[in-house]
Amino acid sequence: MLESREVTKNYLRKTAVNHVSLQLEPGKIYAILGPNGSGKTTWMKMAAGLVKPSSGEILYNGKPVGVESKKDIAYMSTEPYFYNWMTVKDVGAYYQDFFEDFSMEEYHRLLQRMELTEDLKTKALSTGMMAKLKIAVTMARKAKVYLLDEPLNGIDLMARDEIMRSILESAGSDVTLMLSSHLVDELEKIVSTAIFMKHGNLVTVCDAEELRMQQGKSIVDLYREIYGHGGEQS
Amino acid sequence: MEFNSALPIYLQVVTAIKREIVIGAIGLGEKLPSGRDLAIRYTINPNTASRVYKELESEGICFTRRGLGTFVSEDPELISRMKAEMAQELLQQFIDGMSRLGITRAEAAEMIRREE
Repeated sequence: MLESREVTKNYLRKTAVNHVSLQLEPGKIYAILGPNGSGKTTWMKMAAGLVKPSSGEILYNGKPVGVESKKDIAYMSTEPYFYNWMTVKDVGAYYQDFFEDFSMEEYHRLLQRMELTEDLKTKALSTGMMAKLKIAVTMARKAKVYLLDEPLNGIDLMARDEIMRSILESAGSDVTLMLSSHLVDELEKIVSTAIFMKHGNLVTVCDAEELRMQQGKSIVDLYREIYGHGGEQS
Repeated sequence: MEFNSALPIYLQVVTAIKREIVIGAIGLGEKLPSGRDLAIRYTINPNTASRVYKELESEGICFTRRGLGTFVSEDPELISRMKAEMAQELLQQFIDGMSRLGITRAEAAEMIRREE
């Protein structure tokens, strides 16, 4: 279980994340939602152990995140993080070196699904292809926690289906998934719990089916109430 | 499948599966996909998928064989029963919609007859 306790991150002039406490349980798919600048990415980077909180702590199975937790937590950032000279094949080899839970077989299967070939140079990939490659290499890990920052950004409709399918294939009762997005309706169907962030603060956490059943509202409806628009802006 | 995101998704999938059974796309006694595969097929949350089966089971439409999976009931009366229930539901929606427009049942019935 991943637990955020009163986590705050201050940068020089602003507070990116402000006293955020929440718990992520296995078997669930979380959406962390909010406009750009609401603190989603900073929180995920802290959970991934890449950024240190200014105060508070993030615990993975009771211990602060760090070298050990990185073995279980797969993080996909928004910015491309491969070297220019790498081919798709090199990216796989690079991951295999870094992560024990990386499966080359699974990587190949996902590449095929995404219609990517190993000889492609990463610098020549279109935005959509790069997004697919990032998903393929991340989901080829057999991790316990996946933190995916904007997995659907800039991706056409067909590729979205492939990505959603690959994400769902990794879901399981012992796996925690978290996806960030400012395109809420994309995630509506697959999410169990929505976490709403605004200006670095946690606004609310709600169960998607409960919301639909008890209030007859969608996550998009709630998003509009909280932010005053549909989240289409980027 | 297109979902109405303001209604519980599990109920929408339940209705979709019932419809498939009624039209014969899924046969009596047929094995249904695992919860995981159902989630992937409809791109829904895996917990929602297991809830779909729980609901179908509680309505007596399907049953689970331990270790083997979920199957559609073999009861031959199932289809007519489900068909009647679904038809009743549609009819109720229709009547409610018409009455909101101030159209009586008799008038609505007359409209249906003229429609043919």
